[in-house]
Amino acid sequence: MSDAVLNPLADASAGRVEAAAISPRQLIWLRFRRHRLAYASGIFLLLLYIFTGFCEFVSPYGTTTRNDDAINAPPMGVHFFDAEGNFHLRPFVYAYRMEVNEDTWMREYSEDTTRMFPIRFFARGESYQMWNLFDSNVHLFTTDEGGYIHLFGTDQLGRDMFSRVFYGGRVSLSIGLVGVVLTIVLGILFGGLAGYLGGIADRVVNKSIEVLTCLPPLPLWMALSAALPVHWSPLLVYFGISIILSLFGWTGLARQVRGRFLSLREEEFVMAARLVGADTPRVIRKHMLPSFSSHIIATATLAVPGMILGETALSFLGIGLRPPVVSWGVLMFQAQNPLVIEMTPWQMLPGLFVVLAVMAFNLLGDGLRDAADPYSTAGAK
Amino acid sequence: MRSYLISRLLGMIPTLAVISVIIFVVIQLPPGDIVTSMLDRLQAQGVDTTEEYVQNLRAQYNLDKPLVLQYFYWAGNLLTGDMGYSHLYSRPVNDLLWERLGYTLSITISALFFTWLVALPIGIYSAIRQYSIGDYILTSIALVGLATPPFLVALIFMHIGFDWFGVSTGGLFSPEYEDAPWSWARVADLLAHIWLPMIIVGLGSAAFTMRILRANLLDELNKPYVVTARAKGVSPAKLIIKYPVRIAINPFISTIGFVLPSLISGEAIVSLVMGLPTIGPLLLQALLNQDMFLAGSLLMWLAILTVVGILLSDILLAWIDPRIRFE
Repeated sequence: MSDAVLNPLADASAGRVEAAAISPRQLIWLRFRRHRLAYASGIFLLLLYIFTGFCEFVSPYGTTTRNDDAINAPPMGVHFFDAEGNFHLRPFVYAYRMEVNEDTWMREYSEDTTRMFPIRFFARGESYQMWNLFDSNVHLFTTDEGGYIHLFGTDQLGRDMFSRVFYGGRVSLSIGLVGVVLTIVLGILFGGLAGYLGGIADRVVNKSIEVLTCLPPLPLWMALSAALPVHWSPLLVYFGISIILSLFGWTGLARQVRGRFLSLREEEFVMAARLVGADTPRVIRKHMLPSFSSHIIATATLAVPGMILGETALSFLGIGLRPPVVSWGVLMFQAQNPLVIEMTPWQMLPGLFVVLAVMAFNLLGDGLRDAADPYSTAGAK
Repeated sequence: MRSYLISRLLGMIPTLAVISVIIFVVIQLPPGDIVTSMLDRLQAQGVDTTEEYVQNLRAQYNLDKPLVLQYFYWAGNLLTGDMGYSHLYSRPVNDLLWERLGYTLSITISALFFTWLVALPIGIYSAIRQYSIGDYILTSIALVGLATPPFLVALIFMHIGFDWFGVSTGGLFSPEYEDAPWSWARVADLLAHIWLPMIIVGLGSAAFTMRILRANLLDELNKPYVVTARAKGVSPAKLIIKYPVRIAINPFISTIGFVLPSLISGEAIVSLVMGLPTIGPLLLQALLNQDMFLAGSLLMWLAILTVVGILLSDILLAWIDPRIRFE
């Protein structure tokens, strides 16, 4: 591909007018591409969603499989060289050697360099049901029969943390998306009503936003999720939590939508559309929404971290999702006790994933917002 | 200024009224009510209750009246300062609340000041040394700080304290002062403990505020009046402090509306992790045990704190920035 196709902006500055005729969408994409950090975050998130989406395949074990030889065992190191210094093309892990510390009566693990488990890729292992639909037993990586691999260590029941982190990621990351979809719906609905109708509707929505934003979110989330019936199935609780999170999250988006509607209402092209006889839904859908949909996407992206953090906090407190459901917050619930962290610091790994995911969403959202802003000069240098 | 003050104060009343309705609805949501959970407790102790007794109890708590009327009883009691009786702790809600509200307030307010204290110099430095190594490091730290949930920060700090210094970092007092009456020594002990929750709670908002200050200051620095001042030979330090910072600092006050609710949220969860005697842990217990009088009053007070805080910030902003006053 020639440089002209890849980089029409550069050509435009060189005076080639026809190459500069690109659609707004392409322009946004180009500006976004130049935000290297945001672009990298986007790719990181995409990978994270793919990995957690296929977590049955990616993780070597299920969430409840217990390894009685490894209780509270630390993360394993992947080796290419064995103890004698021989190189193995196929990476391997060493078995745990467990000793009970005479002073503290704690199990202490070290590497047993006499027993090694080669890592097999795309090999058959524990059977699972992908998305409750397909039966399979092929894993991204696993060991031979009789071996075990715990890249992130294990918890107090000998369950593989790596598998649990990825299964948990599926729940935590998707609850953010479900919550944000609800947020978008509520935000556009109320923001649109206020901005388009004006008058009383505007005042009511504005006052509600004002009231909702001056409520501390976490205590109210706590109260609402404590009100979720105990007998609800995990799936219902899951949707209940995402509804609770979006109930207080739509205000920011609604404010933005309202502002856009107010300014767009006066624009000539909206007036023109109305004069040629387009009805209100059509004016909104065909003429107004496209001109700020990119903004909505950026704002929605910036709303996802709040959802993920909210779910994590609630589950961490024990009033959000509950075991046997696995989410990052549920995993952190086990790590609530300082002593647990003291002895098994790898139980904090789900927290690291929360931080990484939230950070990536923040960066991606910032990048998208800059890219969607037609007056932005960021990255256009 | 006076008319602005009065209109804002009057505007607070409907806001608080709406909030009280929301909170009342929220605490009514769980199945069962205060009497059913009391009866459960009695039954667990093996006490038999008659139908008449139950009816009397329900009448005593006004539960036999329609829901709207119940709200007015509840709200009326709140107004008179009587917040009911916590059957979980077998004490009046007032007592429970007053002994804890002070700690919540001190942690939240000190966290707010910590936020400013950290965000101001770092924000200014980052803006005037944009794209320097220091700026990259500080903005990266801010990014991580923004993404880390407060309870995780608390866990990490406690881990570090335990691991490196061998001290347990929970609580607001040393054991010997835990139940001691107030004295200067106890205040000193409180101050020696409160700084850690203050930092943990304030970290996220410090990162948030610093990023805003940096962005605002960067906008201001390119304005003609800065160039003019520089051309006239005003010394660089004086120039920055005297002109652009004064304008860029406005968000410190205007973002209290965002920062305060998140500080109060953070305070609640950090207190739970660190075992601090504030409202957060009490609220969780009240919610888990369906002590709805207690939960409702606690939620209401947290909301009042936030609303009053936002009101104060608005007044402060109007006092500092005449543009808002005359709008």
